[in-house]
Amino acid sequence: MVKPTKVTNSIRSLRFAHGELTQAQLAEAIGVTRQTIIAIEQGKYSPSLELAFQIARVFETSLDEVFQYPSAEVPS
Amino acid sequence: MAYEEKGAWVGLIVGVIAFAVYLSVLLTRAAGGSLVETPYVDAILWSMGAAIVVTIMVTIIVAIVTRRDGTQTDVRDKQINARAQFTSRGFLIIGALAALVFAMMELDYFWIAHVLYLGFFLSGLLEGVTKIALYRGSVPSW
Repeated sequence: MVKPTKVTNSIRSLRFAHGELTQAQLAEAIGVTRQTIIAIEQGKYSPSLELAFQIARVFETSLDEVFQYPSAEVPS
Repeated sequence: MAYEEKGAWVGLIVGVIAFAVYLSVLLTRAAGGSLVETPYVDAILWSMGAAIVVTIMVTIIVAIVTRRDGTQTDVRDKQINARAQFTSRGFLIIGALAALVFAMMELDYFWIAHVLYLGFFLSGLLEGVTKIALYRGSVPSW
């Protein structure tokens, strides 16, 4: 059973905010393929924790600014 | 398209064609007669050997023609590869078990060889399909 990831990200907007960094440039910076960056941006692939930190380091920001996870609903 | 995905497409298409060609040769040779008596060894070896060689050659040609996309393999490719191998190994196990049972039943070598070959083919088919599905869709969490 395929579980889609609940993790969302702001990588695309961060790339544009950082001198219009291309997907290829970001991929090269963290050592993955451009296709992996595309998959991450589209929510089709959850990067490892280490890769997530590397992405945040490229944008010189915290992990929370790059990746978001929905809050758990509190049952009433 | 990732380099590994291109390889998956090539392997899948070549594998299906090789198996289909082999079946066609076998059935033509049998010509309605006994399958068990039909010579098959050379055809199976040619089918498997040609599939491997053609897959390698076509993969190299595709890599050269689309070299702008690069040939790098990263962590996502490795995860997809591992997932596809995990998914497909069942057919290998079934084929091997069936061959074991056929051997214990002392069936003709023809059936033992073909149940193993079928296991190889189905395993390769499922691995290729799984890889492509994961590349096209999403990599699931365990």
